[in-house]
Amino acid sequence: MAQNIAALRAKVEFDLRGRASAPFDYRDHKIIETVPSGIEEIDLLAGGLPRGGLTEICGPPCSGRTSFLLSALASRTAHAEACVLIDGSDNFDPHSAEAAGVELKQLLWVRCRNIEQALRATDLLLQSRGFGLIAVDLSEIAPETVRHVPLNAWFRFRRGVEDTPAILVVLDQEPNAKTCASLVLRLGSEPARWLATLENHAANLCVHPFARLLDGFDVRAEVLRSRIQPAVVARVSNGSAFACASGETGSFETKAIWNGTGNLRIDPRPKDPQTRE
Amino acid sequence: MAFASIHVPDFLVQSIVRGEAWAGAHGEPELRHRAIALVDGNPPLEKVVAASEAAMNAGIQLHMAKSQAAQFRGVEIRNRSREQERAAHATLLDLGWSFSPRVEDTAPDTIVLDLAGLASLFGTEENVANQLARRAEGFRLLVNVAASSSIEAAILAARGFPGISLIPAGEEALRLGRLPVGVLSPSVEVLETLERWGVRTCAALAALPLLQLSERLGQEGIRLHELARGASLRSLVLAEPSVCFEEEMPLDYGVAELEPLAFLLGRLLDQLCARLTARSLAAGALRVRFDLERSPEKHSRSLDENPRHKPAPGIYEKVLTLPVPMRDSKMLLRLLRLQLQCNPPQAPILKISLAVDPARQRTAQGGLFLPSSPDPEKLELTIARLTHLVGDANVGSPELVDTHRPGEFRIRQFVPSRDESPLRRNFRKAATAFRAFRPSLPVTVELREGYPARISFRGLRGEVVAASGPWRTSGDWWQEDPWQHDEWDLEIHFHSSPVIRRERNSARCPQRGLYRVYYDAIRRSWFVRGIYD
Repeated sequence: MAQNIAALRAKVEFDLRGRASAPFDYRDHKIIETVPSGIEEIDLLAGGLPRGGLTEICGPPCSGRTSFLLSALASRTAHAEACVLIDGSDNFDPHSAEAAGVELKQLLWVRCRNIEQALRATDLLLQSRGFGLIAVDLSEIAPETVRHVPLNAWFRFRRGVEDTPAILVVLDQEPNAKTCASLVLRLGSEPARWLATLENHAANLCVHPFARLLDGFDVRAEVLRSRIQPAVVARVSNGSAFACASGETGSFETKAIWNGTGNLRIDPRPKDPQTRE
Repeated sequence: MAFASIHVPDFLVQSIVRGEAWAGAHGEPELRHRAIALVDGNPPLEKVVAASEAAMNAGIQLHMAKSQAAQFRGVEIRNRSREQERAAHATLLDLGWSFSPRVEDTAPDTIVLDLAGLASLFGTEENVANQLARRAEGFRLLVNVAASSSIEAAILAARGFPGISLIPAGEEALRLGRLPVGVLSPSVEVLETLERWGVRTCAALAALPLLQLSERLGQEGIRLHELARGASLRSLVLAEPSVCFEEEMPLDYGVAELEPLAFLLGRLLDQLCARLTARSLAAGALRVRFDLERSPEKHSRSLDENPRHKPAPGIYEKVLTLPVPMRDSKMLLRLLRLQLQCNPPQAPILKISLAVDPARQRTAQGGLFLPSSPDPEKLELTIARLTHLVGDANVGSPELVDTHRPGEFRIRQFVPSRDESPLRRNFRKAATAFRAFRPSLPVTVELREGYPARISFRGLRGEVVAASGPWRTSGDWWQEDPWQHDEWDLEIHFHSSPVIRRERNSARCPQRGLYRVYYDAIRRSWFVRGIYD
């Protein structure tokens, strides 16, 4: 029996010579190419954003999802890639994006009124190849509504972005794409950081109790699902070899757009205990 | 030989047939076998002004009344269309300019090309003539082509001989001799005189002594004699290359549905794109104009008000500006269909006019290391589909406006660049992003010593645990819509209420949030501008 199998295998290999070099050899999974997300901590945690895959960023409001998205858009548009934002509830703020470093000329903004429009627009844009990053913002749409998006829609999105250099990023409040997502990150934020003005300034201002400035907030990130191979992660993270598995957590901080512009002198004192209650 | 003349026989008939035959690929057999008579004039005094060869064989004669012509079985009666004649003439000129920049616009049905210098591109004169005839077939025109060293000899040969004629230098008189004198376009009196003399061919006319001919027929006799001998010499009168690409189609009945309209538009776009291709140009913008039928109600009302007054029909105009020049008629038709679906005409269409603003064809240098970018033509189609889906003002690239008014921006056409940003920065830190609520949400704010302490909106109530402000801005006081805002950045902890608990179960209610709230001093109300996320 074993001899028959070996003979059959040899015959098949002989017949397929020139067409398939090793038809019975194990084929490794397709290597997923990743690109930096624009946030070093996320790149270290998750290995970057996978090209040709669906990345889902979920979290409650004020959890840093949009900050993450703007960083990714800034990173891609800085490399002259054409990006598109499908805005499910018309919440995108161009001023904030410009301050975050997004090249607005490279961004196609589709302002939708409901989730149906957003899903149809996503289908259209996935068919029109050539975009570097396609972001679908469903984060202001009720989670119950997004939950009712049929699984075949997510499957269609995954198939649409597969074998293309595009990155499909979906923002929502809960993970919905299930196994169709290559990377799922859950974000959550800590209380905000505030900066007080200079003391002599404060004295001149007759001790105004709200004479402070928003500095930003810290964001916790947790990898809920990742298909990115550790080898790829190591390459993106400049050789720091580690494995990315579900449940890995990390954090990054956001900075207010007016902080560090050079026009305002801010006293980087420790956080005001009053504001941390 | 340095000149080629192109002549369109039965020009009036061909201009009509060209428009009809464009959709099919059988223009030649249709024209050859169809008996068509064109009528012109005011009803009921319309007369036949042109007829195809088959119609003439069937018995149709010029200047015959329309009622008489209609009695011939198998003869199609059509109205003369000056718009289509203009388009056919423009097509003929485009055909000439596609070969040589030196073209003479001799007549509506005849042009002359200077062939000097074309040998390196097209080869011998015979090759040039063959290619001219072949390209004319592509334009659905059946033409006669003649090449000669004399301009007038080339024109006469093209008008007199079917197909392709090549007249070697010095043989003009011999080759033109077989043509009837009517080809020389003499006046009616001179033609009658020549017929009385028995002079019917150019050879017979050329054989007459010049002195005696001039004594009897004057200067015209000398001119005709020179033409008949092929000895007339003159220089080319160059036509200015036209940049007007326009096609028109009057319709017998109003077209109200998109499908038949798209069929007609496709035909006109095919013609326009063929002309653009011949000139190595592309469409930078497409202008659509429809003459619309007036609605019956308006018609009856206007008739009641002023029975003698006949108002002009409604006009529908649309300009389709293309970010990249293109000349793919199918792509242009898709874009036009999407535009018409978004903004359809309000009445049946009686006449279609399509015009193109020509532009140079896009040239792009590819590169191995350039980032991927959407194909411009495909992108334009996608944007048109998105526009159809979400509306015109909701698709594009955001652009900031030079104003201090909060949240101001405008949407411009999305034209991605493939050049990397000169200010390419290494973004490793996230900026605190802001999400805007459009429009701003009304909010109830409870103040404590003049500062926000509690807040409620969207059915949520919360305590202000940290705040920054007020940041006062104002402007546009010299206009009708000034603004004066006191902005606050508020960190809010939301209360737990039955409603909130129910919402929390659905993970919708936030426990805390960082909002930008403002007091509108003009409207004397509080609003939430958006949330930091």
